[in-house]
Amino acid sequence: MSSKPSSPSRRDFLRQSLVAVPAVSLLGTSAIAQTQSGSAAAPAAMSAGNYAPRYFTAPEWAFLQAAVDRLIPSNDDGPGAVEAGVPEFLDRQMEAAYGHGGLWYMQGPFVPESPPTLGYQLRYTPREFYRKGIAAIDDWCRKQHQKTFAELPADQRDAILHQLEKGEIHLDDVPTAAFFTQLLTNTKEGYFADPMYGGNKQMAAWKMIGFPGARADFADWIEQPGKVYPYGPVSIEGAKS
Amino acid sequence: MIRMKPVDVVIVGFGWTGAIMGIELADTGLKILALERGAYRDTSPDFTYPHNADELAYGIRGELFQPLARETVTVRHNVGDTAVPYRQYGSFLFGNNVGGAGIHWNGQHYRPSPEDLEFHSHISKRYGQKFMPEDMQIQDYGVSYDELEPYLEQFEYLCGTSGTAGNLNGEIRPGGNPFEGARRKPYPNPAVGDTYGAKLFAEAARKVGYHPFPQPSDNASQPYTNPHGVRLGPCNLCGYCERFGCFMYSKASPQTTILPVLMRKPNFELRTHSHVTKINLDSTGKRATGVTYIDAQGQQVEQPAELVIVSAFQMHNVRLMLLSGIGTPYDPGTGKGVIGKNYAYQMMSSIGVFFDKDVAINPFVGAGSGGVQIVDDFNSDHFDHGPHGFVGGAYIYGGQTGGRPIQQLIVPPGTPSWGAGWKKAAKDSYLHATTVATHGSVMSYRDRYLDLDPTYKDAFGQPLLRITFDWHDNEYKMSQFVTERAQDIVRQMNPKATSLTLRKPGDHYDIRQYQTTHTTGGVIQGTSPDLSALNRFQQSWDVHNVFVTGASAFPQNLGYNPTGLIGGLTYMSVKAIRETYLKQPGPLVQA
Repeated sequence: MSSKPSSPSRRDFLRQSLVAVPAVSLLGTSAIAQTQSGSAAAPAAMSAGNYAPRYFTAPEWAFLQAAVDRLIPSNDDGPGAVEAGVPEFLDRQMEAAYGHGGLWYMQGPFVPESPPTLGYQLRYTPREFYRKGIAAIDDWCRKQHQKTFAELPADQRDAILHQLEKGEIHLDDVPTAAFFTQLLTNTKEGYFADPMYGGNKQMAAWKMIGFPGARADFADWIEQPGKVYPYGPVSIEGAKS
Repeated sequence: MIRMKPVDVVIVGFGWTGAIMGIELADTGLKILALERGAYRDTSPDFTYPHNADELAYGIRGELFQPLARETVTVRHNVGDTAVPYRQYGSFLFGNNVGGAGIHWNGQHYRPSPEDLEFHSHISKRYGQKFMPEDMQIQDYGVSYDELEPYLEQFEYLCGTSGTAGNLNGEIRPGGNPFEGARRKPYPNPAVGDTYGAKLFAEAARKVGYHPFPQPSDNASQPYTNPHGVRLGPCNLCGYCERFGCFMYSKASPQTTILPVLMRKPNFELRTHSHVTKINLDSTGKRATGVTYIDAQGQQVEQPAELVIVSAFQMHNVRLMLLSGIGTPYDPGTGKGVIGKNYAYQMMSSIGVFFDKDVAINPFVGAGSGGVQIVDDFNSDHFDHGPHGFVGGAYIYGGQTGGRPIQQLIVPPGTPSWGAGWKKAAKDSYLHATTVATHGSVMSYRDRYLDLDPTYKDAFGQPLLRITFDWHDNEYKMSQFVTERAQDIVRQMNPKATSLTLRKPGDHYDIRQYQTTHTTGGVIQGTSPDLSALNRFQQSWDVHNVFVTGASAFPQNLGYNPTGLIGGLTYMSVKAIRETYLKQPGPLVQA
C-alpha cells in the first residue's frame, strides 16, 4: 500500500503513484466509510508517502491525489504533483493562517455576484472552500458516474477538470471555476515552493526546470551572459541536489 | 483615553518619507515622535539568508505586506456602483512595519521628466487645451524641475543610486537617458551590469533606433557610504527583491540608509504598534493639536504635537485626512472639494519573449532594478503626441527581476494552464525566456477618486477607503501605442515565440492582476486651494501645521516609478519646514 515507505528512485515512485491513486480512493470510500460511518470530520489515514493528513478527511485526500495527479501528471518530463508531495503541501497549508483565511479580509456583507474583475468575494476560507468544493464535486460525480471523482479513470478526471475550469458544472454551494482556480493555484505553489512546506520533494520540480532554489548569489554570473548555469538547487534548510 | 506628554513633531507612518522627515528634523533638536502601526524590522534578524529566499512566504503569502484581514480598501469601477472589499492581494501591495513599502520595493529610482511637474501647462501650451478630453483634470505640481533638482539629487545620494547619467548640466552623455532633465552631478554609483535578457533587449532597441540605458537602481552596484555614514553592500543579483527584504544591505530602504543613525538620536522616539486613527484639530478647525492612536494593548492614546507629518502609504494618507475632517472631500458630481481628488494608477503591458534552448537566459539571475535596460523614447512628452491623440506615455523595459518559479515562470502562448502540456512547456521554456514590458502613466479624471466606504469597516470599526476607478480611452491608446514600439524591439530580438498582455478598450480594471503598487493622488499638491489639498511644500492649505508626504501628492500619475519623486518632494518640504516654517509657523504659500 502507499503507506509503505516508497523507494527514493523516481521510476519506482512513479510506478507506485500510478497505482496509489485508485487504491487510496477505494479505501477512502469503502473501508473508511464502514469503520467511521462516513464521518467527514475524521482525518484520513492514508497518503502517498508516509504523510498522514491533519485536515483533510480520507475522501478529500483521495480526491486531492486524484485531482493534482491530473493537474501535474507524472511522466518522463519530470515529477508529477503526487510524487512531489503536493497533497501534503495542501494539507499543511490548511493548518496555516492562510488556510484559515487569516490573510484575507473576511468581513461581510459578501457580494459574490460582483464582476470577477473585483476579485474574490466568497465567504469561504481556503479550508472551507476545499471542504465544500470536494464534497460537492464528489456528489456530482456519484450522480453522473456512480463513482467518486477519485474512482474515475484518468481521462474522465481530465474531462471533469476541464468542465470545472470553464465553469460548466453548476453546483449549489460552490462556483466551480473559482474552486478550480484555487486548486490549480495551490497545486503550482506546492509544486514549486521550498521543500520545507511539504511539496517539491527532493527539489525535483526545481531540478526539472533548472531553478537553483535558495542559492541567491549570482554576483559572478552577471559577467557571463548566456552561459549555462551549472549548479543544481539548494533548499532553505540546506539540502543540495 | 491616555494622554501622552506633548512632542514638537509627530510623524504618522514610518516608511521612506517618515524616515527622511525624522532625520532631517532631528538635528533641529526638536522632540520628534514617529508612530508606526506595524512592528520593528531590520535586516538582521528579519531579512537574513537563507530565510529570505522563500518565495511562498514573502512572494506569495505576503509576509511583509499589511494584513488585509484587519484593514483593506473597497473598489468599484464607477460612481453609482457598489464597491466590494479588496479581500486578497492582487493589483497593488501595501507595506507594513517599519520601512513600509520601502522594504519590499524593487529600488527603481527615477526622476520625473521636467514636463511631468508642469503637465497641464506643458500639454496646453504644446497641443492646446482641446487636446485633453473634457473630463481629464491633470494639474501642475507647483514645483519646477529646476527647483526640485537639488532634492532629487539628495535622495539619490542617500540611496546610492546606480546609473549612467544621460544629461549632465545640459550635456547629453552616451549610455544614459538622453530624455532626462539636466542633473548637476552624476549618479553616486555606476550602473549595475546587465542580465542577459537586458543585453539582448538593448542590442535590439539600438538596432530599431531607440536609446536604451541601464535602469537607475537602488540595488547598489558597489560598496557605498552615504552622506549619513551608513554603508550599503553590492547587490549580488539574488533574484529575491520585489516583495522581499534585502539580506545583502544592497537595496536602499530606510533601514539601509537612515535608521542606523536616526534611531540613536536622543530627541527621536519611535513607537511601533501604534495605529493612528485621527488628526486632532482645535476648536477653530484650522490648527492640529496632535493625533489619536490605538496602542499595542488596544488603548486609545492622545498624543499632543505642534506639527503633524502624515507620511503613511498614499491611500492611508487620504483616509486619515478624510477621517480627520481636514479639507473638503472631493465630489465627483460638482468636481469641487479636494480630499480624494485625482486618484490615479499605472498601466502596464508585458511581452513574454521565448528563445530556443541555445539561449541561456538564466532568469533567476536578477535584481529588482539593477541589470535591466530601459527605452524612454515614448514616455512623458519625449515624442510628438500630436498625431496619436493621447496624453502621457510609458517606458519600455527589457530583462528580468528574478526567476522565482511560482510567480515568474512564463510559458509560451497556446500552452494549456495545466496537465502534461503545461509541464513540458514549463520545463522547456523556464531557462530560455525573458520579459519586455511597458510601464505607463495614468491621467486623472473627474470620475476617478477616493472617499470613505459607507458599508465596510476596519478592525477598529472605522470606515474603509473606497476606490472608484476604471481605465479611460486615453490610457488604452497610450498602452497600445507604446506596446507596438516594444513589439518592434522584440521582433529584432528574434525570439522563437512571444506572449502579450495588453489592456484593450472594454477591459475593466482588474484588481486580481498585479501591475504596480504605484497608486497616486487623493491629497494632491498644487497652485491653489481650489484645485489642490496641499501647497507646493506639501503643507495643507486648510491646516497649516499638517504636512502630507508621498504619492498622495501627485496630481496625476507619471510613467515612472514614483519613489524618486516622492523622496525629492519630501526633501523640499522638510527644508521649507526647517528654514521657514519653524521660525514662523503659518502658511508657506499665501492662498
